[in-house]
Amino acid sequence: MTSASAPPAPAKPAPGRGPARGPARDVAGLGIGRALGFVAPALLLIGAFLIFPALWTIYIGVTNYRLTGVEAVSPSIVGLSNYTKALNDALFHNALWLTMLFVLGSAIIGQNILGFTLAWILRRTRPAVRRTVEGFTLLAWILPSTVVAYLWVAFYDRDGGTLNSLLGTPGTAWLIDYPMICLVVFNTWRGTAFSMMLYSSALQAVPPSQLESARMVGASGWQTLRDVVFPHIRGHVLTNTLLISLWTANDFSPFLLTKGGPNHESETVPVYIYNVALQGGELGYSSAISFLLLIANLLVSLVYLRLLRRRA
Amino acid sequence: MRPGYVVRRIGFYVLICAITLFFAVPMLWIASAPFDKNPGLGVRWPDWTLDNVRKTLDHPYALHSMVNSLLICVTTAIAVTAFAALASYALSRVRIPGRDALLYGLLLLSSVVTGTAAMVPIFVMMFQLGLIDSRFGVALVMTGGLLPAAIFILKDFVDAVPKSYEESARVFGASTGQILRDVVLPVARPGLATIMVWAFVNSWGNFLVPFLLIRSIDKQPGAVLMQTLTDEGGSVNLQVLPVFSLLFSIPVVVLYLLVNSRYGFRFHGGIKS
Repeated sequence: MTSASAPPAPAKPAPGRGPARGPARDVAGLGIGRALGFVAPALLLIGAFLIFPALWTIYIGVTNYRLTGVEAVSPSIVGLSNYTKALNDALFHNALWLTMLFVLGSAIIGQNILGFTLAWILRRTRPAVRRTVEGFTLLAWILPSTVVAYLWVAFYDRDGGTLNSLLGTPGTAWLIDYPMICLVVFNTWRGTAFSMMLYSSALQAVPPSQLESARMVGASGWQTLRDVVFPHIRGHVLTNTLLISLWTANDFSPFLLTKGGPNHESETVPVYIYNVALQGGELGYSSAISFLLLIANLLVSLVYLRLLRRRA
Repeated sequence: MRPGYVVRRIGFYVLICAITLFFAVPMLWIASAPFDKNPGLGVRWPDWTLDNVRKTLDHPYALHSMVNSLLICVTTAIAVTAFAALASYALSRVRIPGRDALLYGLLLLSSVVTGTAAMVPIFVMMFQLGLIDSRFGVALVMTGGLLPAAIFILKDFVDAVPKSYEESARVFGASTGQILRDVVLPVARPGLATIMVWAFVNSWGNFLVPFLLIRSIDKQPGAVLMQTLTDEGGSVNLQVLPVFSLLFSIPVVVLYLLVNSRYGFRFHGGIKS
């Protein structure tokens, strides 16, 4: 990696520039021109594989571009008809609703509450206990997502799944009978570590003296949380909720567990986009939906960045 | 006061045990199924055997897909680290006009444009470039996707490299290239290592991009092969899938432990999203 990023040694150093203010101090003597050259390869790749696709989504979304078996028919612009189609598409409404359920259940409620609970109760436990619990939680988060998905497919399995033999419910096909609950539990399991770590560091900012005085005046645990702890970590709660909601809403792993089935019962927006585009071949329509997802992502991210800035 | 305290302690440990079980029990599968004669048969002591391991090693595509994964992810990790290092150094040390807007834009971009939201144009673009079924194409797409966040994280590290080191190198007449190679890169090594591991782990776990872009089974990386293993004949290949899952997890876990012990893992938003 060193050789790949080391630039060719220049013959003469750039003329010294005046003392710059702020963090930028060009002591290596790059100069604006060469600095731009350093940034260019990265910008080129980002432009080609992120910015251009994002813009192209807008364009494909207003065409009737279809994926046909033999050759692509040159698409024509059909205006906003893909968007009006989405307004009346029961399956899209279904996908939106399921995505909201998925985000609400697994991110806003599941990961948040479990993560906070863990951060709170592990705060003052013995190091051995703490390390064990944190270790399992983190492992769930580190494992590759495809592995975690199949681990849960096996866990939920009708015939040999651990869940059925634990609960004594042989023959229950969890992924078919309760697909959304399965997805919510799966995503809570795999994502809680992030919230736990974030809240662990947030809780360190709560002054111990305030906790102590809450205890002195006989506040209950719940009152302490609400009146002493929560005001200190409100920003973290909001940041965390926004971030994990964004990730969950864009998560493609429901596809690995259920493929959106049975009968569209777990078809979240990302899975729906895939099914419309590559199963149904309707590239135009699925791009319109992708663009709506991009807009939603943009709004959430702007709120998140504003929060980040205010705290800095 | 005393009985209340005891009850509370008991409740506390019951809660801890329940949560630990919730996280630990699903993992039993990855610990036992690979070595179980009849894998996936619920909670019981497995019939230990190494048959599955041999079956996995004999599987025509299992190890091959790991090689594909390695090829794709090493390329991605090196490219991300190299380009992000160049960009973040320039952005850290040179006052390029519009720099703050650029960084802000990068951060925004990395969370807004996701694989799922851009899958159609990426598929169409790679199709028209003739890069369908190309492992290099997959690495390119992943590199583009990871770069914004990588630059953003790495700039933090580079900002923290003391400028006085570079100044004294300059006093001794070092050229720009020498300063970068001999001063900045070695000092920024923890940051570079973190970014490299981060990029590797992220691309190792990425399912969607290779799933969209790779058609033939002999070019599939491990993440996609797992999908193929569940589709063979409509049922899960229970001999191969568990062992494969275990093998496929090892690099990620090892890298995580390595970085954690070496540099202490800094918790950047979305290390693995």
